[in-house]
Amino acid sequence: MTQVVLSDFAVARGPCDVLGDINLSVGAGEFVGLLGPNGAGKTTLMRAALGLMPHRGQSSLSELPIKTRARHVAWLPQAREIGWPVSVADLVTLGRLPHLSPGQRPGAADKAAIEAALARMGLEGFATRIATQLSGGEQARVLIARALAQDTGLLMADEPSAGLDPAHQLGLMETLAQEAARGRSVIASLHDLGLAARFCTRLVVLFQGGIVADGPPQDVLTPDLLARVFHIRAFVQHTEDGPIFQPLGVV
Amino acid sequence: MTRILALVLTLLIVALFALSLLIGPAGLSPATSIAALIRGEGLAETLVMREIRLPRAILAAMIGAALGLAGAAMQGYLRNPLAEPGLLGVSGSAALGAVIALQTGFAAQFALGLPMAALLGAVLAVALILALAGPRGGALTLILAGIAVSALAGALTALVLNLSPNPFAASEIMFWMMGSLADRSMTHVWLAAPFILLGAVVLLAQGRAFDALTLGEDSAASLGVNLSRLRLVLVLAIASMVGAATAVAGAVGFVGLVVPHILRPFVGARPSSLLWASALGGAVLVLAADIAVRLVLPDRDLKLGVLTAIVGAPLFLHLVYKTRAQGL
Repeated sequence: MTQVVLSDFAVARGPCDVLGDINLSVGAGEFVGLLGPNGAGKTTLMRAALGLMPHRGQSSLSELPIKTRARHVAWLPQAREIGWPVSVADLVTLGRLPHLSPGQRPGAADKAAIEAALARMGLEGFATRIATQLSGGEQARVLIARALAQDTGLLMADEPSAGLDPAHQLGLMETLAQEAARGRSVIASLHDLGLAARFCTRLVVLFQGGIVADGPPQDVLTPDLLARVFHIRAFVQHTEDGPIFQPLGVV
Repeated sequence: MTRILALVLTLLIVALFALSLLIGPAGLSPATSIAALIRGEGLAETLVMREIRLPRAILAAMIGAALGLAGAAMQGYLRNPLAEPGLLGVSGSAALGAVIALQTGFAAQFALGLPMAALLGAVLAVALILALAGPRGGALTLILAGIAVSALAGALTALVLNLSPNPFAASEIMFWMMGSLADRSMTHVWLAAPFILLGAVVLLAQGRAFDALTLGEDSAASLGVNLSRLRLVLVLAIASMVGAATAVAGAVGFVGLVVPHILRPFVGARPSSLLWASALGGAVLVLAADIAVRLVLPDRDLKLGVLTAIVGAPLFLHLVYKTRAQGL
């Protein structure tokens, strides 16, 4: 089952297209890493696909009614906003809003989803803590737990690993990979090509307003593409521990 | 925690409402007051109770609830504890409408001339704000439009005062703008009640949307909140409530700013719970303030809006100091 289909998709800012001729289809069980240098349009692509900004062409997500879409896709923006000093439990409960009818209180299924999401982000014992008083990395994990609790077929995240320590970066990527292995789909924009190479099942590279590469990590991260798009050269090796990617220098 | 808070606030409202009915320059004993109010015993006493004190107490509770709720909604929408209902420029424009009515003598033509003119001012402000902010703008454009309308209304009010031919009209305008609940009738209650009730029902139904906005506009939209609809509903509901409140009571400041701020810690900072809590808390504050103006300087006609500002501003300074001490 495909989770999102974009066809002849284009986004304009003012008179010129920042993204054009995008054709992308993501199916169940895929963990897609969305790569590209700063300003390549990763955030724009995801927000426009969700229907949060105007676009041309087809997006299967933005066509959905707004309430239906909320049960179909969870979105984790890059700006980690927590407006009020609410408890972690209250914040993660917000992920259940799309599943509640008006006036309905969270039930047993909702509580189970919230606890599971907290556990997956290693946040047991944080439920009663005040979210705004946590460290930046902890806040990031709480917000990811919120998105997980939404329990949607598709999870879209904008640089979810930014600002996390190495152990939590690896933990997050493992969690997202597990979600994909369970049949959900994940699309995450990433700057850490090493993490992307290790955990994603598919990499999509944006450059100069279009998709320049799309496929399994080992096919995408070629020396030619790295030089052309990212202006780097890197050491890439496939080991028993999985692919190892280490940037070596700027070209 | 929230249940206890609801209970405490409700009990306070009941107690203050009763107290408000029992205090006044007529100096009726509690027994006489109650007999007059309920059974209509004694012509003068019944008139005092049913036509003067009852509408005053009802208006205090209603206007306090409207201002508290509007403040909580504005703060929830903007995710900013410094937001207040006056930011939209609705109260300033309602005041301008009232001032023009006083100046032109329209207010003296018939009983509801002044509040009707104030409501018209509020309606025009809303139309202007929505036209300025456009259909797709975010919270920031809305606030900028509100500030522009507010400044314009303030300038025009000053112009009317400036051009006022006689000092008596000017002082009448000044006194009206200070906000008061003295000498209001049941007609005022019936004029304001539908607008305040409608706005309150509409806003209380948006609790989840305000909760979702804790995560920012993008996340809220992805959680199924229709942001353009929410903005329209917010502007119309606040205009309806604050416009009606200003129309019958004049400008009563600081309630919408201070009440949500005080109650936020008691509801775990949840914007949805803060809506009803601030409505109850606003009613408590304005009932208490309106009793205080009658007790502090009974023969000097202390204005309600002056008292709320005098009490509210230092309270707000204290809150700022506390917030700073917590390092937030």
